[in-house]
Amino acid sequence: MALDRKTGTAPREFKIIGTRPARPDGIDKVTGRARFGADMSAPGMLVGRVLRSPHAHARIKSIDSSAAEALSGVHAVVTRADFPAPGEDVADILDNCMAGEKALYDGHAVAAVAASSAAVARQALKLIKVEYEPLPHVTDVDAAMAVDAPALHEGRANETVPDGHSPNVMARHAFGHGDIEAGLAQADRVLERSYRTEATHQGYIEPHACLASMGADGQADLWCCTQGHYMVRNTCAAILGITQGQLRVTASEIGGGFGGKTTVFLEPVALMLAKKTGRPVKMVMSRAEVLRATGPTSSSSVDIRLGMTSDGRITAGFAELRYQGGAYPGAPVDMGAMSAFAPYDLENVRTIGWDVVTNRPKAAAYRAPGAPMAAFAVESAIDELARDLGLDPLEVRLKNAAREGTRASYGPTYPAIGLEATLRTARDHPHWSEPLGPNQGRGVACGFWFNFGGDTCVSLNITPDGTVNLSEGNPDIGGSRASMSMMAAEELGIPYDKVRTVIADTGSLGQNEVTDGSRVTFAVGLATIEAARAAKREMCKRAAQVWGIDEEAVIWEDGAARPSGPNAGEHPPMTLADIAAIASNTGGPIAGHYEINAEGAGVSFATHMVDTEVDPDTGAVTILRYTVFQDAGKAVHPSYVEGQFQGGAVQGIGWALNEEYIYDDNGILQNAGFLDYRIPVASDLPMIDAVILEIPNPGHPYGVRGVGETSIVPPLAAIANAVSAATGTRMSDLPMSPPKVLAAIQAR
Amino acid sequence: MSKIHVTTTINGDPVDFLCDPGETLLDVLRDRLGMTGSKEGCGTGDCGACSVTVEGRLVCSCLMLGAEAEGREIATIEGMADGETLHPLQRKFIEHAALQCGICTPGILVAAKSLLERNPDPTEEETRYWLAGNLCRCTGYDKIIRAVMDAAKDMREAS
Repeated sequence: MALDRKTGTAPREFKIIGTRPARPDGIDKVTGRARFGADMSAPGMLVGRVLRSPHAHARIKSIDSSAAEALSGVHAVVTRADFPAPGEDVADILDNCMAGEKALYDGHAVAAVAASSAAVARQALKLIKVEYEPLPHVTDVDAAMAVDAPALHEGRANETVPDGHSPNVMARHAFGHGDIEAGLAQADRVLERSYRTEATHQGYIEPHACLASMGADGQADLWCCTQGHYMVRNTCAAILGITQGQLRVTASEIGGGFGGKTTVFLEPVALMLAKKTGRPVKMVMSRAEVLRATGPTSSSSVDIRLGMTSDGRITAGFAELRYQGGAYPGAPVDMGAMSAFAPYDLENVRTIGWDVVTNRPKAAAYRAPGAPMAAFAVESAIDELARDLGLDPLEVRLKNAAREGTRASYGPTYPAIGLEATLRTARDHPHWSEPLGPNQGRGVACGFWFNFGGDTCVSLNITPDGTVNLSEGNPDIGGSRASMSMMAAEELGIPYDKVRTVIADTGSLGQNEVTDGSRVTFAVGLATIEAARAAKREMCKRAAQVWGIDEEAVIWEDGAARPSGPNAGEHPPMTLADIAAIASNTGGPIAGHYEINAEGAGVSFATHMVDTEVDPDTGAVTILRYTVFQDAGKAVHPSYVEGQFQGGAVQGIGWALNEEYIYDDNGILQNAGFLDYRIPVASDLPMIDAVILEIPNPGHPYGVRGVGETSIVPPLAAIANAVSAATGTRMSDLPMSPPKVLAAIQAR
Repeated sequence: MSKIHVTTTINGDPVDFLCDPGETLLDVLRDRLGMTGSKEGCGTGDCGACSVTVEGRLVCSCLMLGAEAEGREIATIEGMADGETLHPLQRKFIEHAALQCGICTPGILVAAKSLLERNPDPTEEETRYWLAGNLCRCTGYDKIIRAVMDAAKDMREAS
């Protein structure tokens, strides 16, 4: 039961929150009617295609597009020369969408064509002559940090980087408190170990797609699959040199994102092609383009030093994290360094993060960006020390768990949090005492994510027949329209099916932050509740007017305005529908809206438990059982909360066991397809048990916390701990593919 | 490049189209016939988002040429519901929250229907292996498997 801060501290009974109604986009999505990025067409539309670098690192000496432009059916060719000089804040984004002086990775866009058909466009790409001067390249993070490594950029390092480092080191981040050496001196045992993870891709099934049109007057329209159409608007307007108000962006249904659709790739190019041709231009990526040239996450190399007493108290934790973020600065190593030890109450803790560029596609966000790799290292180290000391790994975590009042390793002091609850629930769960057979092992790990709020707008309109239209500005990636309708219905006291939520275009609402940071159910939910409260205040006012009493003498209860207090008199309640029907005669249409930069998102914790079986002859790992314990604050639609827990866990399973970007010696991606970049399939997996805990977030009227990202943080370590237990040898290098596991078994 | 004239049946309707010799059935469905319910996730037969049936056999429409549809019966997601009445699989997918983003859903529904036509009482393992060619990145498959098995149960009870 959540507390409603705005109305006092009385426990609140919900009528709709916590139920599992059908989602409003359900029928469209099971019948094929839902329109995703590539499903839109426009009259007179041209097809756009991108020419990409075959080199990992090369100077672009010249581009001759004359033969392509002469081909019948070709309407325009665009290169970097067509774009205005970018402002500093979009310079790297433009360079990533269309290379300037150098191609910085295999697949980097160097030109694009708009043609009357896909076949003509493909033919035209072959006629564009690009003269490259290949340059030495580097794709590995540790190699890129060597002082004599091939440099992607010169003189771009942040002032945080001390002298004497490779020019590929872009920034250094440091967090923590206490004295590491003093803490380690108090330990009965100290572990020092290094860990590595490979780059993985979000693997959304829908490739990037957009449809752009732009008139000679600079007014433009864009339809695209994105996690944030306001971000697309702002970024594209800056790149094209038009105002934000001139560009209207409509978000299509989105076929997965997981952070990968929080930036632009095709969109500015499509707009430039549309501008040059005066025709709508549609662009859709192939799967190979998605893998080669969008935004996978960082690969990482992490060193840990951890001290523990013989009774399981962590005396000091140190992590040095090196993440490569592809060709431009901005690897999520800062968030890795902040989150690494966040689940624990430590006197002595320090983390240092190095942001490194390499000749790979620029990393984009991937579900809790930066945190899974850090948690992999820290949670593996805790597990190893606990086992070495003969201690229960769950009890060790409980002993060191952060709680209300703990000073977090990255600075702030925690309010009420749910980590201990997840650990205790895990300890009491039947999974923890399930017997294990030969070659089987059990692992646990904890995970943390910050959760975000940010700019949010909601507009709630009461229709004349007493139904409600809710407009919000965040693409619905996993059922959030249902959650918003539920919160509006709960607050208004009307049935769920009386509310319809739509995702408005950029012309219809103010600025909205991207659908990321697990922010939507929290921040848009908060704004929805406040918009409903504004509408309720207006409806109470209208009822007071009809009854001829003071506004203060009217309250809203169970979906109706009611007289309240000694002098209100006797009046039958007026329902929302009653008031809506006479709105025109009582002052006009009724609406509520709310705009906020939402704070108080409430941090999130989870504990995962997994059983694995390792085939001693092949090294193949099977996931036998998997249970997620996570704090949701308040689960608005429990099915979609479970879905987030399950989906994050399975992406983590892929990261731990199969998925990796494989580059050859020339820096060319070797597995740019779903056959060779293998994500988990149904037959790889058991059911994923999801246990929802509800420790209310004091920052949300219903206690909601974001749940989307935390679920990918623990799996890497939980599975590594389970495989290490099953094989009797510590697995510190992901993915734990069969050859690697077999080699570890044989080296035992 | 001269086009090929193809006469076929899609979801019971007679359909004629012209296509290039190298054009896939998926491209024909999406770009020539406006049937965008079948999705292209990979174009190489690895993700199953473009699943359709041809003469009752489950295929990736990205791996079949449009010209090969000549004289055959094609069924797509657009033909799965009977007017306003959803197929039990469609109902169960909504009821079990077996979709998050929904991009893989049409292909998975077509594949699951094909499974239940062959095996009305599949085990969890049989269901998982049948659907192993359909990638879903959102759900972890848990609710999808439950929805398919629950639909199978309803369909058995109704028959």
